[in-house]
Amino acid sequence: MSAVLTIDKLTKRFGGLTAVSDVSFALKAGEFLALIGPNGAGKTTCFNMLNGYIKPDGGTVALKGRPITGLAPRAVWRLGVGRTFQITQTFASMTVAENVQMALISHHRRTLDLFSRASRLYRAEAEALLSRVGMLGEADRAATALAYGDLKRLELAVALAHAPTVLLMDEPTAGMAQAERTALMALVADIVAAEGLSVLFTEHDMDVVFNHAHRVLVLNRGELIAEGTGEEIRANATVQAVYLGGGTLSSFGATPPQNGGVSP
Amino acid sequence: MMGFYFAQLLTGLANASSLFLIASGLSIIFGVTRVVNFAHGSLYMLGAYIAYSLVTTLPGVFGFWTGVILAAVATAFIGAAIEILILRRIYHSPELFQLVATFGVVLIVQDAALAIWGSEDLLGPRAPLLDRAVRIFGEPIPEYDLALIVIGPVVLGLIWLLFQRTRWGILVRAATQDREMVGALGVNQHVLFTSTFMVGSFLAGLGGALQVPRESVNLLMDLNIIGQAFVVVVIGGMGSVTGAFVAAVIISVANAFGVLVWPQISLILPFLVMAVVLIVRPYGLFGTPASAHGASVPEAPLRAMPPAGIAVAAIVAVGAALLPLADDGFLLVLGIDLLVAMLFAASLHLLMGVGGMVSFGHAAYFGLGAYAAALAVKSLGLPMLPAMLLGPVAAAFGAMVFGWFCVRLSGVYLAMLTLAAAQILWGITFQWQSVTGGDDGILGVWPARWASDRAVYFYIALALCGAGLLIIRRIAHSPFGYVLRGGRDSALRAEAIGIDLKAHQWLGFILAGALAGVAGSVFVFSKGSVFPDTLAIGHSVDGLIMVLLGGVQSLLGPLFGAAAFVLIEDWVMRLDHWRAIFGVIILAIVLLAPDGIAGGVGRLLTLLRLRRPA
Repeated sequence: MSAVLTIDKLTKRFGGLTAVSDVSFALKAGEFLALIGPNGAGKTTCFNMLNGYIKPDGGTVALKGRPITGLAPRAVWRLGVGRTFQITQTFASMTVAENVQMALISHHRRTLDLFSRASRLYRAEAEALLSRVGMLGEADRAATALAYGDLKRLELAVALAHAPTVLLMDEPTAGMAQAERTALMALVADIVAAEGLSVLFTEHDMDVVFNHAHRVLVLNRGELIAEGTGEEIRANATVQAVYLGGGTLSSFGATPPQNGGVSP
Repeated sequence: MMGFYFAQLLTGLANASSLFLIASGLSIIFGVTRVVNFAHGSLYMLGAYIAYSLVTTLPGVFGFWTGVILAAVATAFIGAAIEILILRRIYHSPELFQLVATFGVVLIVQDAALAIWGSEDLLGPRAPLLDRAVRIFGEPIPEYDLALIVIGPVVLGLIWLLFQRTRWGILVRAATQDREMVGALGVNQHVLFTSTFMVGSFLAGLGGALQVPRESVNLLMDLNIIGQAFVVVVIGGMGSVTGAFVAAVIISVANAFGVLVWPQISLILPFLVMAVVLIVRPYGLFGTPASAHGASVPEAPLRAMPPAGIAVAAIVAVGAALLPLADDGFLLVLGIDLLVAMLFAASLHLLMGVGGMVSFGHAAYFGLGAYAAALAVKSLGLPMLPAMLLGPVAAAFGAMVFGWFCVRLSGVYLAMLTLAAAQILWGITFQWQSVTGGDDGILGVWPARWASDRAVYFYIALALCGAGLLIIRRIAHSPFGYVLRGGRDSALRAEAIGIDLKAHQWLGFILAGALAGVAGSVFVFSKGSVFPDTLAIGHSVDGLIMVLLGGVQSLLGPLFGAAAFVLIEDWVMRLDHWRAIFGVIILAIVLLAPDGIAGGVGRLLTLLRLRRPA
């Protein structure tokens, strides 16, 4: 498998704190890659440097060999990198379908169109995307009326709208019930398998990570301390020490640390 | 010479003290309640009037200072009454809706003050024991000014102690940071909000009372001070008392020296300083991003107009077109006024409702349109129609220049920068006598001969404003309009789907400006003249009230709001105490329809539908 996203020696400092230090890894084509680590490990900072939300102090990010370090998020998106947020970001005053249509309108560069009816543009494509995530029945409801799990699905449909080669998902299951988590990640795994896109996701729920990820990266205090398959990571002594002072990773899958999904 | 400059500095610092008092109260109130309190200037004026009555009654030194303090206390209770009777009921309305209510209070207080104290300027006594001047570097400095210079920092120190050392102060600071969290911790919000309003009102009243020995007490004090107070609060950072102090000093001292260079600069200097500060520090000197936004209420998705709605709109349009048949002259004039107001309000709604960019200075672009059209006729000698075309072009150009800066900010800070822009343009039209005629305005801008018949001009107004309204509706439903709404809902999501939001907002600003310019062009030929007050804050506030009163969350809102505003104003202006009556009507609408007229009509329709047997 060839690398789609190559991260080389990525570094970010906030004042005296080095949040991310010399992190290098590659996301391969068709790979479902997890980035895990305890709270404050630098996952979100690392994540936000990949698509331009934070400018790194050092290191490079390349998409299929093309450097994208320092580009604005919208430019990274245009090159085929989609993302979902830990706390869902949707357009509250639009319907579910319109949320997806907006991404399609932007993808087709129609945002400066002053006279078409937005709600009629790319409706069929939007419906196809919604049915892909099982949300077709909700197409004409207001986005504000959705349950949180459904909002996550809507965000996924929006992120898939421009047929990205890479999808970055920041804690995709944060704030969801256990059954919903499993269902959502099964859906993502299914999409990865069917459409060959590459997904990098951060996650706290170890069940989700070990059930679905092809490979796992472990970040601690800004440094990459381990990389490997789920089995290898579970057996890794350093990772065990970091996480539970010697406990095994699989033993706390049932009680994942809860920190996401609710705004502060 | 040295002495003269030092005296000038001291005058500036003395002015800073009273400006700080009113601004700190405004800032504290905004920080906790997120209310942009337009009535704060009224509280300041009431403090001055009450103090005048007290110090002219109570004798001696003790009497003077007792009078000042009592006036501040009385103002605090008036503030509490306003909060409990009015604002408490509408905290959960859309952002800035409370501003309309406080404007209603402004009108009522103006009439009340007129009724109680009369229209004459009142000259208060000098402060006993502080009624002389001392010589510093050979320049006479009023002792009272020196006292004020001391009072400002002392009050700042007392507020600091109150905020740091009392439970109440800690709660106020916490609420300024995160109001929901403080509510979640079980703090009684009613008590906190009312007491905050009382403290803010006390400071405004104190500021007014302390001015009594320095300047005459009059009915213009409220609106004269409010613009500057807003500027100070914004420069300092909304919610920051220290910021208010620093900003008051900067503004007052800059003013004291600025007038030496160019006497008229005091009209625009505060706004220039604010514009510069906001461009460099988008949240003011001591402000934080969290303090920029008020409550936001989720808005329903846009729907296409149902057939019944289209039928009603068609009937209204046909009715309007037939109006000249029922002509008695007066109706047509009112009709043109209505059309102009509707387009003005709808263009503001495109900006603030659809785009989420609240403007406190939209009249600037209306005025630019009006002035450009007038100058095209009077100075360039263009015929009417090309002149009318030049109006929106000039307005779009102005919006392009100022909008570029404004879209870099958000929330109340953006609103304040639009206010600064409008104030600067107003200052230019007011001062640039050789071109704009200054205060005398431009007269004799009448329609071309073929359009001089009132019915013909009515049709021109109907065509232009009607087209403008249709275009706005079309834009709101277009991909571009959706981008603006999307950016308002979640700027993060807009960026994450590849949208350059600032560029779209800038274009939105320009479009809204151009459409306001159309309204201005139509306006100037219907009146035959234009004066600087078309660009003034008052006119911008009229527009805001139309939009908010009508309902900011509905495309029809600004049309309802403009119609209500123009019709009520037309009727009420002929009555005695029209301000108070207008104020009461505004308050009644605000309290009965917290989601504006459009929201109220919507709820009424739902109710009727439910009543109807199935």
